[in-house]
Amino acid sequence: MKTIKRSIGTVALVATMILTVSCKDANKNEAPSSASNEVIQENMDSSKNMAMNNSQNAMAEAILKDYFNLKDALVGDDNDKAKMLGGTLAKSLGNLDKSTYSESQQKELTDIIEDATEHAEHISESDIKHQREHFKILSKDITDMVAITGTATKLYEQFCPMYDGGTAWLSTKEEVRNPYHGSSMLKCGKVQREIN
Amino acid sequence: MKVFKAIAWIALISFVVIQFFPTDRNESYTTPTTDFMLVNKVPTEIENQLKVSCYDCHSNNTVYPWYSKIQPAAWFLKDHIKEGKAELNFNEWSNYSDRRKKSKLRSIIKQIESGEMPMDSYTLIHKDAILSENDKKVVIDFITKLKDSIK
Repeated sequence: MKTIKRSIGTVALVATMILTVSCKDANKNEAPSSASNEVIQENMDSSKNMAMNNSQNAMAEAILKDYFNLKDALVGDDNDKAKMLGGTLAKSLGNLDKSTYSESQQKELTDIIEDATEHAEHISESDIKHQREHFKILSKDITDMVAITGTATKLYEQFCPMYDGGTAWLSTKEEVRNPYHGSSMLKCGKVQREIN
Repeated sequence: MKVFKAIAWIALISFVVIQFFPTDRNESYTTPTTDFMLVNKVPTEIENQLKVSCYDCHSNNTVYPWYSKIQPAAWFLKDHIKEGKAELNFNEWSNYSDRRKKSKLRSIIKQIESGEMPMDSYTLIHKDAILSENDKKVVIDFITKLKDSIK
């Protein structure tokens, strides 16, 4: 939680700095012609957008971070840790700010978050077999979320044909560590897609 | 012997006292238009099976057994029904997004396959709720088709 707060703080700070700097520029270059005013206005708008995207991404990045921690717990066959991290993820999913996405994207994000939260909550109270069942759908939800929110990190979508008729998940590392089988088949799977 | 008698009296008295705490019952005599059976084409055989095996805890209408009027059984049932409906309420089916429908259908398949649902504590009394291997197959085939029909 602390790190999330800190990262929100940092993003807010950066956003304020960008805005102040661009406002200063605007003042300095107070141009007589209306045409250049428009250009400056545009610049300010774009820097504002950038700052907003940053804070939005911060929440999506926090969700991803919790997802990867959960994945690592499952890779390590750690039922208790996965329970705890499922709870953490359920909380951070609730914090995603959807306000600046288009209406259809907002609707889809709402559906994704609702579904993902339910799976994360189940993970926080199940045995490891059930945790993995829920993690499968959770992975699909998170993948669909990233398709909308984007991410700064390079991600690998990995796929294991051995689990439940073929199952995918996301990882930040290229080498395969299987969260569905854990130590019994740690390296089963391959990278099927790179994101970013 | 005296002690035993005292305990028996206390137990009897508390049993009588808790009878005066009734619980809200999960009963509704209308089926909402969002119900699973109304929005999907469900073969009669499967409809009956699901209603007998699932609807007591996964809908707004429970067909209560006789002992449901006696405490503490009523409390026990109430908790189970509340939990069951939170997980899945067939009456609310079309209110779920497609994504959640798929999730729910998948969970239904997993739960039936593994025999976790219907619960042992339920089938102990409701013998007709037990799904035979063949029942399981028929229901799972249907649910799988339904799941695959959602984009």
